[in-house]
Amino acid sequence: MIELEGLSKRYGEKVAVNNLTFTVRPGIITGFLGPNGAGKSTTMRMVLGLDRPTAGDVRIDGRHYDQLKDPLTYVGALLDAKAVHGGRSAFNHLLCLAQANGIPARRVHEVLDTVGLTAVAKKKAKGFSLGMAQRLGIAAALLGDPRILMFDEPVNGLDPEGIHWIRNLMKSLAAQGRTVFVSSHLMSEMALTADHLVVIGQGRLLADTSMADFIARNSHSYVRIRTPQRERLLDVLGGAGITVVESGAAVLEVDGDKSEAIGELAAQHRIVLHELSPQQASLEEAFMRLTAGSVEYHAHDGQPPAPAGPQRQQWGGEWRKG
Amino acid sequence: MSTPQPPMPQAAPDRQAAPGSPYPGYTSPIPVVRTTLWHAVASEWTKIRSVRSTMWTLGVFVLLVVGIGLLAGAVVAGSSPDVSGANPLELGFFGLLLGSMCVITLGVLTTASEYGTGMIRTTMVACPNRGRVLAAKAIVFFLVAFVVTLVSASLVALAHVAMLEGDGVLEPSGEEWLKATVGVSLYIALLGLLSLAVGSVIRHSAGAITIMIGAVLAPLVIALFMFSQSLKDVQQALFEYSIPNQLSIFYANSLTDSGPSGWDPLWIMLGLTAVAFAGAFALLEKRDV
Repeated sequence: MIELEGLSKRYGEKVAVNNLTFTVRPGIITGFLGPNGAGKSTTMRMVLGLDRPTAGDVRIDGRHYDQLKDPLTYVGALLDAKAVHGGRSAFNHLLCLAQANGIPARRVHEVLDTVGLTAVAKKKAKGFSLGMAQRLGIAAALLGDPRILMFDEPVNGLDPEGIHWIRNLMKSLAAQGRTVFVSSHLMSEMALTADHLVVIGQGRLLADTSMADFIARNSHSYVRIRTPQRERLLDVLGGAGITVVESGAAVLEVDGDKSEAIGELAAQHRIVLHELSPQQASLEEAFMRLTAGSVEYHAHDGQPPAPAGPQRQQWGGEWRKG
Repeated sequence: MSTPQPPMPQAAPDRQAAPGSPYPGYTSPIPVVRTTLWHAVASEWTKIRSVRSTMWTLGVFVLLVVGIGLLAGAVVAGSSPDVSGANPLELGFFGLLLGSMCVITLGVLTTASEYGTGMIRTTMVACPNRGRVLAAKAIVFFLVAFVVTLVSASLVALAHVAMLEGDGVLEPSGEEWLKATVGVSLYIALLGLLSLAVGSVIRHSAGAITIMIGAVLAPLVIALFMFSQSLKDVQQALFEYSIPNQLSIFYANSLTDSGPSGWDPLWIMLGLTAVAFAGAFALLEKRDV
C-alpha cells in the first residue's frame, strides 16, 4: 500500500506536484493517468525517495522508502528504461542490483527468462531497442519479487505482442495480491488494465475513482441514424417521446442505447434507414475533457478542446453544409 | 472523433484485502535480507568490473606507468653522464604523473557517469541510503586504484634498480622504497578519490574531469609565468603545493628546498579528500537524485 498525503513538489517557481492525497491499494492495478508534464514521474520519484517532497508525505506500508531495509524485495520500480549504463550487459546490470539487496544470483536468470531476454543476457544494454530496454527495466523491477510494483509508462516502445504481455503480467501480479501502480498518458491503455484510476493534471488530483465507475460515468452511449426520410422519422420519434439531436448534414443522434426501439419504429412506419448504429463516446475524450484545463503542452491547431457527446457537430460538418 | 469505439471490457471488481496484517498483500518466497554496506560494496564491485571504461583507463594507466618508466630507465642506463649518487627510484615519477590522469578519469566516471546515463536512479532505488552508495563506491574505487598503482609502481621501481645497478647509483633505503611504492600509490589513489567526490558533486563526467586536470596542472603552469617580483611568494607556494611537485616529494626531488617534505603530501591530499567527501555527502543528502 502506498499512501500519499498532501504531497507537493516545487522546482523554483514551478509547482510540479500540488497537494496530492490518495492511496494505492494492494491486489488491484491502480492506473496513474495524466497528460505529459502532469507530474506523474515526479510523484513516482518522490515515492521512491529520489526527489524530496517540498511538503507532505508519502509512505509505503507506513514507512518512508529510505527506511526500508530490503527495498528491492519490497518495491520494484521501472522508471526510465534507458536509465542503464550502456556498456554493461543485461546480466551484469541485474546482478549488481541483486547484490545490492542480497538477492540470490539465480533470480537474475529467472527474471531474464520471465521477460524473454535470456538470449541477449550477455549483450551490452546500449544495443537494446527501446522495447528490449523496457523489458530489462521490467526485469529489474521484478528482481526482488516485490509486493509493490511501480511502472512508469511501461508500454512505451513495446510492440503489440509486448503490450499484450505486459498487460497480462500486471494483471497476474495484482491477482497475487501485490500492489501495482502504473502510470500512463493513454486512457485506452488504462481502460484495458487498471481496476482503479487516479487522474492528475498540472500536479493536482482530478479524479480518484474505480475504473468501472469512471466508465459508467463517462462512456456516453448514443445511437447514430442516417435516413433519406428525415422529416418523417423526426415525427415518428418525436411521437414516441424520443429526443433527437440533429448532428451534421444528414445525421441524427439519439441519446442512450435505443437502437432496437428506433429500428422497430422505423420498420413499423416503413421508413428507410441508411444507418442505425450504437455509438460510444470514447474514454479518451472523457479523459481529455477532464484534463482540458490542465494540459501543459497544448498543440495549437486552432481548435478548442472539443466537447464530447451527441450535441457536437461532426468534424467538417460546417463546411460540408456550406 | 465520434468513430465507433471498440467495446470496453468491464474492469475487474476491487479485490478485498486479506484480513490480518495492517498492510496485507503478497509475500515473496525470497528470503528477506537486511542490507548492509557490504551489499553495496559487492554491487559496486560488479559495476566497476563490468564496464569497458574501467579496463581502458586502468590499461592505459599501467601502460603509461610501466612504459614511460622503462623508457626513462633505458635512456638513463644507456647515456654516458655519471648517475652515481642518484636515487634510481626517482625515474618512476614521469609515468605516474601522466598515469594520474587515468586514475582521475576513472574516479570521476565511477560517480558522474551514473548521472549521465540515469543509472543513479536505479542505484538509489536499490539502495536508498545515499551515503552508503557513495561510501561503497569510494571503498571499491580506492582499493582498485591503490592495488593497480602499487603493482605498477613497484614493478617499475624494481626494474629501475636492476637497470641502473652497475652505474654507481645509491642503494635506496627502506623508507625510500616505502615512499616510492606504498606512499605514492596511496597518494594517487587519494587523488582518484578526490576526483570521485568531485564527480559526485558536479554530476557531469567531462566537467569533473576538466576540473580535476585543471587542478593538477594549472597551479604549476600559472606559477611558471609569474615573473613579477611582488608575486614571488605566491609563485613559490604554487610551485611547492602543486600536485606534480607533491608527487615528486615522494622521490625526494622537490622543485624547492622549502615547502612540504617527507610524507606531507599524503596528509595534504588526505585532508583535501576528506573535505571534498564531506561536501559530497552533504550535497548528496540534500539534492534530488
